[in-house]
Amino acid sequence: MKGLKNTLFVGFLVAFTLVFAGLNEAKAVDVTTAAAVQTSAVIAAEENTNEATANAAEEKHEEAAAHEGAHEKFNPAEVIKHHVKDAYSWDFFEMDGKAVGFNLPCLVYSPKLGLSCFSYAKIKEHGTEYEGYSIDHLTHKITREDGEKFYDISITKNVVSLLISAFLLLFIFIGVARKYAKNPNSAPTGFQSLLEPLILMIQEDVAKPMLGKKYLKFLPYLLTLFFFIWINNLLGLIPGGANLTGNTSVTAVLAGVTFFCIMAFSNKHYWGHIFAMPGVPKFVLIILTPVEILGIFIKPFALLIRLFANILAGHMIILTVVGLIFITAEMSKGLGIGTAVFSMVFGVFMFSIELLVAFVQAYIFTTLSALFISEAVAEHHHEEAHH
Amino acid sequence: MLLEVANLALAYAGAGIGAGLAAIAAGLGVGRIGASALESIARQPEATGDIRTNMIIMAAFVEGVALLGVLTCMLIVFK
Repeated sequence: MKGLKNTLFVGFLVAFTLVFAGLNEAKAVDVTTAAAVQTSAVIAAEENTNEATANAAEEKHEEAAAHEGAHEKFNPAEVIKHHVKDAYSWDFFEMDGKAVGFNLPCLVYSPKLGLSCFSYAKIKEHGTEYEGYSIDHLTHKITREDGEKFYDISITKNVVSLLISAFLLLFIFIGVARKYAKNPNSAPTGFQSLLEPLILMIQEDVAKPMLGKKYLKFLPYLLTLFFFIWINNLLGLIPGGANLTGNTSVTAVLAGVTFFCIMAFSNKHYWGHIFAMPGVPKFVLIILTPVEILGIFIKPFALLIRLFANILAGHMIILTVVGLIFITAEMSKGLGIGTAVFSMVFGVFMFSIELLVAFVQAYIFTTLSALFISEAVAEHHHEEAHH
Repeated sequence: MLLEVANLALAYAGAGIGAGLAAIAAGLGVGRIGASALESIARQPEATGDIRTNMIIMAAFVEGVALLGVLTCMLIVFK
């Protein structure tokens, strides 16, 4: 049991680094996507002006009218996008057309102007700006009118959610680890009883069969991965929660750490199998080697996409089912009430499925990470037996 | 103008058809995996644990590719 305690402790260190890596990485990706969106918006705007300069004023008027109309008429795509995306404020619900929730701090660093820190409330309204920063109401990102280069490192909804889950994990696991240290050979009590089967499941069903003798080296990472993803999946399912694991930045960091593990612990057999698969004719190698090299990067990329898309799809399905009520209610009241009954039943069903998916996706991410790492660290003694 | 609307409509149609095809392909793939796994469990109930783990891993691989397709379709719609 002492090994288990050590394992848990190292797990925390990894969790902490992971969180900070997540903070940095998430922002870096956010900035790049923001830049991409901005450039595309600029291109679109240029095209517009080229096409119909005369109609520009008229079009703008129409656009404004459409924007106003969107507030009255239910727009499912907008609502879903708003719910699954990262934001500068944590809104729980909407009342009388106003969002109820917290405004989070915005941190913006510009190489020329230095660091500015302000509440999102200061730039929330259309047309307001603080130290030249304002919100682009199309992309919902911080922009500057004068085009000065800056990095957005705001504490967004996802970052807050990440910190909450990190503290939750630390709180749960330090308590449990202490209990193991205190009475190593007694029956588990309290939270231990919930976690012990899960820890043993990862140890016995995932780490040991995949990694063999070296399992103890990777067990801390696998346990951290499993509990981090699982807790965040569950936190995302709470109504009003942030969609953290359905964010490419977060899953990219998780997959990146696995990629780093594969690279750091890979041995010569692994590289031998990539560049010159033993027992394969030379002319086949011309095709096989590039495919294998691509495979190095596709594996973590598939991990990234799988977790992100599964969680995002789950959120979207539930939102669509609920949104169906409002779409039909706009047609007729009776139809809306009828759909509400159907949507509630189906929504609860989808929620139960999502609870399962939250667990299964955490398990799959851990299992596949273990599988990919085991491929990299395996000693190929079966080679001689075959040839 | 009319051409633009038609293009947009085609894009949406393409996204819908693409997502549907991805769903069909994933359904076929996961269905075959599930069927074979259940058959093997019926033949060898003592190996249920191993078979289930491998079944989930295989299903995850198939699903990963399908999700990539769906994601591409989503990008068309939401871009």
